[in-house]
Amino acid sequence: MAAALFYIFAAITLVGAIGVVMAKHIVHAAVQLLVALLGMAGLYFLLDAEFLAAAQLVIYVGGTLVLIIFGVMLTSHLGTRLMRVGPGETAIAVLTGLGLLAAIVTAIIHTRFPTPPPSVEPDVTRRLGVSLLGDYLVPFEIASVLMLAVMIGAAYLARRRPKDAA
Amino acid sequence: MTVGLPHYLVLAAMLFAAGIITVLTRRHAIGILMGIELMLNAANLNLVAFNRFSAVGKLDGQVFALFVIVIAAAEAAVALAIFLNFYNNFATVDVDQGNELKG
Amino acid sequence: MSLLLATLDRPAPVLQILLGRDPALWVTLAWDVMLVMGVFLGLVSVIGFIAIWGERKVAGRIQHRHGPNRVGPVGLLQSLADGIKLASKEDLLPGRADAVLFYIAPYLAFAPVFTAFLALPFGPDFVFDRTLSVSLLWVLAILGVEVIGVILAGWSSNNKWSIYGAMREACQLISYEIPLGLSMLVVVLAVGTLDLLKLSEMQSHGLQHWLVFRQPFTAAAALVFFIASLASNKRAPFDLPESDSELVAGYHTEYSGLRFSLFYLAEYNAMFVMSGVMAVLFLGSWADPFGLIAHGYAKAIAGGQRWTPLLWNVAAAGVFTFKCAVLMFIQMWVRWTLPRPRIDQVLHACVKVMVPASLALLLGSAVWELVVAHGSMTERITQTVLAAAGVALVVATLVLIISAFIQGRQNQQRLGGPWPAGGA
Repeated sequence: MAAALFYIFAAITLVGAIGVVMAKHIVHAAVQLLVALLGMAGLYFLLDAEFLAAAQLVIYVGGTLVLIIFGVMLTSHLGTRLMRVGPGETAIAVLTGLGLLAAIVTAIIHTRFPTPPPSVEPDVTRRLGVSLLGDYLVPFEIASVLMLAVMIGAAYLARRRPKDAA
Repeated sequence: MTVGLPHYLVLAAMLFAAGIITVLTRRHAIGILMGIELMLNAANLNLVAFNRFSAVGKLDGQVFALFVIVIAAAEAAVALAIFLNFYNNFATVDVDQGNELKG
Repeated sequence: MSLLLATLDRPAPVLQILLGRDPALWVTLAWDVMLVMGVFLGLVSVIGFIAIWGERKVAGRIQHRHGPNRVGPVGLLQSLADGIKLASKEDLLPGRADAVLFYIAPYLAFAPVFTAFLALPFGPDFVFDRTLSVSLLWVLAILGVEVIGVILAGWSSNNKWSIYGAMREACQLISYEIPLGLSMLVVVLAVGTLDLLKLSEMQSHGLQHWLVFRQPFTAAAALVFFIASLASNKRAPFDLPESDSELVAGYHTEYSGLRFSLFYLAEYNAMFVMSGVMAVLFLGSWADPFGLIAHGYAKAIAGGQRWTPLLWNVAAAGVFTFKCAVLMFIQMWVRWTLPRPRIDQVLHACVKVMVPASLALLLGSAVWELVVAHGSMTERITQTVLAAAGVALVVATLVLIISAFIQGRQNQQRLGGPWPAGGA
């Protein structure tokens, strides 16, 4: 059962990822990204990371992806021409990607991994919260400062300029 | 055959390759951003899988993944603000057109 | 064995009651499939039908007319008649629309709402997934997917009104998710769980345990949550994505037939889910005000009876549905009473009023739990001092921001333009 679920979610994720690569239109790519992200959330559930799965959905799907689609809608419309690099560069890119994939897979095959622990770890969410505000307090605070900086920076960058008003 | 760590790692590698190819083949700025999101997700999958399979009783991988998700969201917000500015100045989001400082 | 598999393998409590023993795996799976296919789809359509009828009836009464009253008793079957009419209509595709996205968008908007029902606790045992420990976050997450369906519907129609609707949906939803999440967090902070089942059990022993009465801050958070849930369901006065007096019908202008009705089902079921979450978070979930159900259920379980727990569950589901119905009635009442603001006013209200208010509530709730909650005296004093320092810091920052804001406004008035000179 675990194997079947893994292959289903992995297939969903891969279909989405390949869709992002191949999609003709940028909004189609965004939808494929949604598929990939949903598959990833399923994989997180399989890996006992329930909180992470839900957070993935809230932040990526509900936040980042909506932002991306919003950005696409602001900057393009139906029938915008395809923005891709030429065939030669595409070939180089695909070769790079596949070469990297081959290298990583070879490395994985030749590595001996520890056998997985069979246990289900209880109360993951609570422990996650404790470690966020315990061991990882400083990174947590830095991340919040970063968010503040991002908020101000984004508002500054996207503000209306005097010349736009005129 | 049971699904173990290598399965997840191979899947993550595939995602990462897809992300790289997206970044390299697209000229649409937002498409490139999507490729980066794919790569970050691949890294996250690695972190969570390693956490599940080889760090008994610890949650460090999940905490890292959480940070990655949060910072990816922040990055997307700034990137989109930059793209909107870019679009205001060049009337396109084709990254090859942003070469005004070219000598 | 992962938690997800534990979910699949667990014996459903209701099933246990029915069979009197632990069921086989395939029985459990078949039961789950039946629940999803039969009960949930049935529930979703019945809720949709009754809510749409109710909305038209409420609108009629508020506007001093009768509302639907021809089909069936008091017009109850009106929705069914409309449904049949919609089903028999042609499924139109606008000429230059993006066909694939246009066709999948309604499902993308509908399916998440349907999925959110998995986490709603209708009774002590009447919940699909008992092991999901983050069910509150799950509902919030899965309703976020619905937004994408709506945005894609608007974008793929290739119609200016639809795109306006979609853009409004995007910015409204992104903004109002923050006060929504923060007001949930006020409660989560107070009780320390994200599990809707645990939240329900916690409040089941009478009115004084309901979380809305736990702190003044949770009561205020209930108000914030209600307003934000109106916005996240695109309900008036936040119905800008489809504002029918300006944008024809907003994001679903181009939809006809069954696809159009899917948007309606999604909207009314999202209302139900949000009302359900509000009932669980603040209003005692499936519990009656006197704790009778929880008491009776506990006694029946302890007595080892076979059918009585099921009856108590049904009663609990009745109470839960009643609470949702009341909350939905309030949403309708608001819709037919208040005028619709402009989009900039909506965003202004969110960013400058709701977000600071919910942050203040979160802070207040934290301090309240520290001061009122148990703990040794020294610990309490240290924490109170620290908390006071934190509050002072935040207040100081707020004062700073407000004074900067006022300064900016004075500059603006002095210079007569929207921007200070040279202030790029």
